[in-house]
Parts: sequence; C-alpha cells; structure tokens
Amino acid sequence: MNISTILDMAAEAFGDRIGVVSGGQRYTYAELREAAWRAARRFKASGAAYVALLDVNSPAAPVALFGAAYAGIPYVPLNYRLTPAEINKLLARVAPAVLVTSADFSGRIEKRADIEVIDRAAFLALPEGGDELPQPAEDPRAIAVQLFTSGTTGEPKAAILRHENLMSYIVGTVEFAAAEEDDAIVVTVPPYHIAGISAVLSSTYACRRMVQMENFEAAAWLDACRENSVSNAFLVPTMLQRIVDHLVDSGTQPNLPALRALAYGGGKMPLSTIAKAMQLFPTVDFTNAYGLTETSSTIAVLGPDDHRAAAASSDPAVQRRLASVGKPGAVEIEIRDESGKVLGPEEAGLVFVRGPQVSGEYLSLGSQLDADGWFPTKDRGYLDAEGYLFLDGRADDVIVRGGENISPGEIEDVLLGHPAVADVAVVAMPDEQWGEGVAAAVVLKAGASASVAELQELVKNKLRSSRVPQAIVFKDALPYNELGKVLRRIIRQEFVQKAA
Amino acid sequence: MAKTALKAGARFKSTVCDTQVMVVKAPAGEFELRCGGADMVGATTAAPAGGALDPALSGETLIGKRYVNADESLELLCTKGGKGTLSLDGTALEIKQAKQLPSSD
Repeated sequence: MNISTILDMAAEAFGDRIGVVSGGQRYTYAELREAAWRAARRFKASGAAYVALLDVNSPAAPVALFGAAYAGIPYVPLNYRLTPAEINKLLARVAPAVLVTSADFSGRIEKRADIEVIDRAAFLALPEGGDELPQPAEDPRAIAVQLFTSGTTGEPKAAILRHENLMSYIVGTVEFAAAEEDDAIVVTVPPYHIAGISAVLSSTYACRRMVQMENFEAAAWLDACRENSVSNAFLVPTMLQRIVDHLVDSGTQPNLPALRALAYGGGKMPLSTIAKAMQLFPTVDFTNAYGLTETSSTIAVLGPDDHRAAAASSDPAVQRRLASVGKPGAVEIEIRDESGKVLGPEEAGLVFVRGPQVSGEYLSLGSQLDADGWFPTKDRGYLDAEGYLFLDGRADDVIVRGGENISPGEIEDVLLGHPAVADVAVVAMPDEQWGEGVAAAVVLKAGASASVAELQELVKNKLRSSRVPQAIVFKDALPYNELGKVLRRIIRQEFVQKAA
Repeated sequence: MAKTALKAGARFKSTVCDTQVMVVKAPAGEFELRCGGADMVGATTAAPAGGALDPALSGETLIGKRYVNADESLELLCTKGGKGTLSLDGTALEIKQAKQLPSSD
C-alpha cells in the first residue's frame, strides 16, 4: 500500500486530463506521474532519509509528494512562514535530506553537507534518468508524510502519517474519478498544512484539475476562480471572511457561475460569516470539514443539505447546526469526561476519534492511541441527539488564528523578556475575522512601566505580526490554582467579555 | 487451488487479464482469490504463463471500484481494470455502492 497508487490510477484512467495548473504551467496526470518518477529516481540516488519542501504552492509540491512516495522516502513540507532559525532547526532534524526550495527561501537556509538543496525550476526540469520505473515499497506501515506541528510546549512535534492512514482516508471518503471533465478545484492552503496534502491526494484520486495559488488574496481568488472556471474550493474561515468582506465592501456579486462546492475548515467559522456567505453564493454547496493533522485530515463533515436545513429552519436545535462541524465521516467519534467516562448527547467533554485514517502518532513520542485505538484530539465538544458534533474550544491552550496554530508559550517568553514585565499569560480571544486572536494579561514589576504599543512592538520584532497580542490588559496579579498553574480559563473569560 | 492470506494493503494481479487490486480490508484466514477463473498472484510476482481467461468469468473489473463479498468483510480496490471477474472461494465479488460523503477537499 503506497499513496503513489493514487497517481498511478489517475494517470491510468485519465492520463490526458490536466491535473495541475499553476500560472502558465500545466501538467496532465500522465505528465505529473512522469515528473514524479524523475523526482523519485533523483531522491533515491541522493541517499536522503527525507524529502523536504520549503516553498509556496507550485507543481513542485505534488511532484515532490508523489516522487517521495515512489522512492519510499518520507515527505516533509516545511512552514515557510517560520523564522530562519526555526527552519534551520527543523532541517537539522530531517538531515540527511533533499530540500526542494525556490529563490524566495533559499537565502534563509544555512549550508550543511547533509542537506542537498535543489532549486524548484531545476527540480521540475530533471532529466529522464533511465527507463526503469521506480518500484514503491509495499509496506503499508511505511511513513508517507511527516508534518511538524506547532506544539504547545517547546519543540514542534513531528506528526507521522503512514501510507495506510492516508490511503484509508482517500479510499474511505473520495470516490475515484468522481470529477467531471471540466471540474477544477482552487488550492489556496499552503503545502505544509495537512489540508494542502489532502487537497493533492483527494483531487488526484477524484481526477479533478488543481488550480494552485501561491498566496491568498480575496480579489485574486475571485479572478482565479473566474478565469479557470473553478467548480470546487477549500478555504479556511479567515479566507472566506475576506471574500465576503470584499464582496460586501465593493458591492459586487461573486459572478462565479461554475462554482458548485465550497468547503471550509481549519478553525472556528463565525456564524455571521457563513450565513452571509450562503446569501452571497445561494447556489453553492457549503461543507464544513473538521479534521486534524494526526487524523490524515477530515473526520467530520457538515454537508450542503445540513447547511440549507439549518438556514431555513425555525427550530433552534436545527438552526444551531450551522455552528456544528457535522457528523463523523469514515471514523467513530465519542465524547469522554476527564476521568475517561463516555458521555451522552449534549454533555460536553473531550473529543476522541478512532479509525484507520487516524495516525495519532509522533516521531520519538510514539502512538498516542489508547488500548482500544482511540485518539484524544484535545478538542472539547459535545454531540447532539442526532450525532452532530459541536466544538467547544481546545483542551490545550493553542490559539488557532485564521487556521494557524499559535503557541502561547513563545509569546509569553518574549514578553517576559521585557525589563518591566513580571508575569504574563497569553490566551485566545474571540475574533470575528480570525476565529481566534491573541490576547495577553500582563503584570508589571513594582514601580516599572510599559505601554501596550511598546509590548506589541516587542513581539512583532522578536516573532512576527500574527503573534502580536491584539489586546493587552494590565493586572495586579494573575489567577493561579493551588498547584501553581495559571488559570487561563478565567483570563480567557475576561477577554470574551471585553470582545463582546 | 492455492489459498492466500489477504492482508490490508497487499496488492494482487490477475494472471489472465490486466486486473490489479489492493486489499482495503480482509478477514483473517486463507482464501482462494481469483480473477477470470485463475488464482491471482502478488503484484510484484512474475505471472505464470499459459493461463487463459474463463469466458464464463469475464464480467470485467473497473478501475476505482471497490469489490466486496456478501457480508463486506472483504473489500478490494481495483487499481487497474481488466476483463476477468473477481471471486473469493468461488463466489463472485460485487461492486460496493458509491460513497455518499460530500467531498471536503
């Protein structure tokens, strides 16, 4: 079992169909497979333990993903928004490796003998290199993809997805060759995100043309959809909100007659945004997809009929489903309390998931599954009487801002570095645009002073703009429990009231 | 006829047509997995020459379709289509109904 089978099948059945469009570049599925074969030969010859990618969306992303699979080498796409120091630390963890990158990012990489850098253009123009076809390994337990998560504490964790996890997800949730000849999906999620991986795998399996965008911008997205007659799209909530805002501000209609389906996920969707989007795109099928890196992507979906039923209903129990993430897909979901007891409908607790697509595994930490195969998502939530899942924040304290996971710890460390700061807690606060925003409660040293703007500037300089607390309150002391753990819940509550 | 253990992830090919399959799930034990009336072999095994497709078992396989036995304890994904009919212990496998899930990505 190997995910390269997905590309083999698409190339076998629809080899002449365009698989990838990126600016002026086009690849049929047959050409994509040939490029992946050439990449596989190159990867194998390098002796690398990993194939890494540090780049925005381009044809190099699917070529590297499938090329690594044909070569039987784990694929590790890296977050290009990280600082050079963070990137180089991750590269040290995957060496010896082949790294595919572009001129935009190559300057951030420290030269090392055990990291072989290949420029994107050269990578997409590799020579034939022989007639022998790469024979992928058959081991279903082999690692297909490794993704670094932004952990709550310290070093990023390396989540591993085995060929069997990703194949189970695709075969269990996508119908082979389901796409019509003219269908196209616009891919705006970056290649290092699990949604970027699953977009490539599920589009290829559906034999659906992928239209890649390097960066998201609302007007450019609308143009790309129009020019390419896009039929399907996946967006994180922040992106959908920007599209809605753009349409409302400019007073224009979407004018996307080919668009049929819009899926969203990766963070909490504000009710006002989805309701407005459904008004602006009345003929489009909306799907909310909830998933995690550790579960090979989507585990629950709220489908188009659920969206329409909720929007049209006068029954509050049906109406509120617009805020739900829907029903389990090819997995089982249960809610447990802190002691492990399984809870009934409407009882909030911790969300657990089980199924063949669930990896729940980190390199060096091992499997996080319990004896019965259940994975703790660390999300809180509850099921309603009909099995719709509602999420209720995260059990850990990660701030999910526009689909990007932000660890409070690194921001706290920076703020604590200010000479006037005695204590600090960074928490999520509700934000209409981003789902969640960054907020900080700060205790100043006696007699010292610091302004909000000064602290914001410090975080911006040491980290980056997405980490800057949008709200900072000064306190005499932070609330702690008897074990000395700061009670973030209480601090969060204060910002909820502040935001309301 | 040869009995084979069918493990999830294992791939087999027909010796009398182009059919190739991947095991999605399978019950424990050993079974006779055939296509077109002849035993299937491992995907990387050299196929024995001289086999012929049984005309009575030439119902075709279609790429991307999933094939199951009556209780759906066995599920095969057809990764390459061919002319033969898939069978398990002498009973023809059926095409599993298409998924109803809306695509999320």
